[in-house]
Amino acid sequence: MSRNLYDLMGLAAAVLFILALKGLSSPKSARRGNALGALGAFVATIIVFFYPGEKGELPLDNLGWILGAIAIGVVIGVPAARMVKMTQMPQMVALFNGVGGGAAALVAIVEYIKLGESASFAAVLATVFTVVVGCISFSGSIVTFLKLQELMTTRPVILPFGRTLIFANLAAVIGVSGWVMSELGTSPLLILAGLSLLFGVLFVLPVGGADVPIVISLLNAFTGLTVAASGYVLEATLLIVAGTLVGASGTILTRLMAEAMGRSLFGTLFGAFTQKAQDATGTGEERPVKSGSPEDVAILLNYARRVVIVPGFGLAVAQAQHTVREMADLLSAKGIDVAYGIHPVAGRMPGHMNVLLAEANVPYEQLVEMEEVNPTFAQTDVALVVGANDVVNPAAKTTPGCPIYGMPILDVQQSANIIFLKRSMRPGFAGIENELLYDPKTTLLFGDAKASLTKVVSALKSL
Amino acid sequence: MSEAMALLAIFTLAIFVGFEVVSKVSSTLHTPLMSGANAIHGIILVGAIIVASHSHTSLELGLSIAAIILATINVVGGFVVTDRMLEMFKGKKKS
Repeated sequence: MSRNLYDLMGLAAAVLFILALKGLSSPKSARRGNALGALGAFVATIIVFFYPGEKGELPLDNLGWILGAIAIGVVIGVPAARMVKMTQMPQMVALFNGVGGGAAALVAIVEYIKLGESASFAAVLATVFTVVVGCISFSGSIVTFLKLQELMTTRPVILPFGRTLIFANLAAVIGVSGWVMSELGTSPLLILAGLSLLFGVLFVLPVGGADVPIVISLLNAFTGLTVAASGYVLEATLLIVAGTLVGASGTILTRLMAEAMGRSLFGTLFGAFTQKAQDATGTGEERPVKSGSPEDVAILLNYARRVVIVPGFGLAVAQAQHTVREMADLLSAKGIDVAYGIHPVAGRMPGHMNVLLAEANVPYEQLVEMEEVNPTFAQTDVALVVGANDVVNPAAKTTPGCPIYGMPILDVQQSANIIFLKRSMRPGFAGIENELLYDPKTTLLFGDAKASLTKVVSALKSL
Repeated sequence: MSEAMALLAIFTLAIFVGFEVVSKVSSTLHTPLMSGANAIHGIILVGAIIVASHSHTSLELGLSIAAIILATINVVGGFVVTDRMLEMFKGKKKS
């Protein structure tokens, strides 16, 4: 392939990536956008085998190894993406991001080994940058995966001397980076990689469960920048464009997500260092709550004029989307006004709940976004909270210093009656007690969301 | 313009394009957009293939083969999972 043809094809792939991001920003074109991105990646991967570098065509000595490795990656990646449950998708994205960061770091380590004495300062800097940031992205993403999969605590982990530790770690990373750049050597580079991996862990540990999506988005942007830096060292323009696009759009997206959650980006990332680990008020102490039977709930719903369903992650875990829709249909048939109040971060990530309810064919017009539904709670007879907690917790407004303080919430406390379907009194993902559970107008129905809803549905039918 | 300056120009322009294309996106699409962007950076696969082809020692080859496997998981898995998310949005519109 001639150099011009190669560059032209590379340019086409870059344009496809831009169109992909553009398409993904609007609901109508999102799926096509994703397909264009995949096409771009396919083109880029094919043409690299015909790469006409300065030293002639790409040597194909290791072709068997390369194709074998791609096959292994496909065999792992495709079934993983196909079989993951929609509820577990956020951690899947975190994991994919992590392996991308790991790949970038490995590429940079090989580049570093190959760098000769004649390498320019910029090339050495870009290589070391990729090793550091790629490793941070890798280990940080693994920790976010463990948090979202609930393999470890979702609460902020505050280590003793955590702040000192992380600054010492950062200083060590910078120091060793300088050493690695001034005299090329493989063992200091491995020390640097180890320190960077540690930094990724320390960086994510203090972040609370509810803020984890913001961190995934940030690490995603980081990985993009490492890809751009690798592109600079390898003189592969396409990698520069693709990596920078992801880095820039990822940064914007991180900010938008933080805004949707009412969090300052800085506060999210560094808040845990400045604030003390905060215990919920009255944790462990027994306080009276009003729990009801499915029949009580059915009666409350049956005589309501307006019901707002607030779905949360608990609904998704119980796979109760279909049952909740059945109940909503029954209520609509009785002439009751039914709407779903969707918090922007209901579920585990912004937009996650929309994906889950769409899966259950809930009519689009019943899904009402937070800004629109909030003014209507005062005229709502029953707010039915299904497996949600943090997104309706008034502590976000009333308790400065609590981990979700400042996050916009659904104002269910303004409605005449509140029903919580919950598995237990356990606090939500952010680990904070919800005062609303003890409110006199609140009724609790304990149990798995799907089982509870099924009982409510049959009680409604017999009324 | 020197090669390095040309690359710097590309980098700078790409930053602005990246900012521009996603500046107005509804919160509904945050998750798929993040996932799609995540798949795009899997294109580090291209870099991994380049370094693997120039690998002479078994250490270099081993590291770059590992990089290829990880990058392939990122790019292929990323696009597939994004498509699965968006498939659901399509179903919603029909009903």
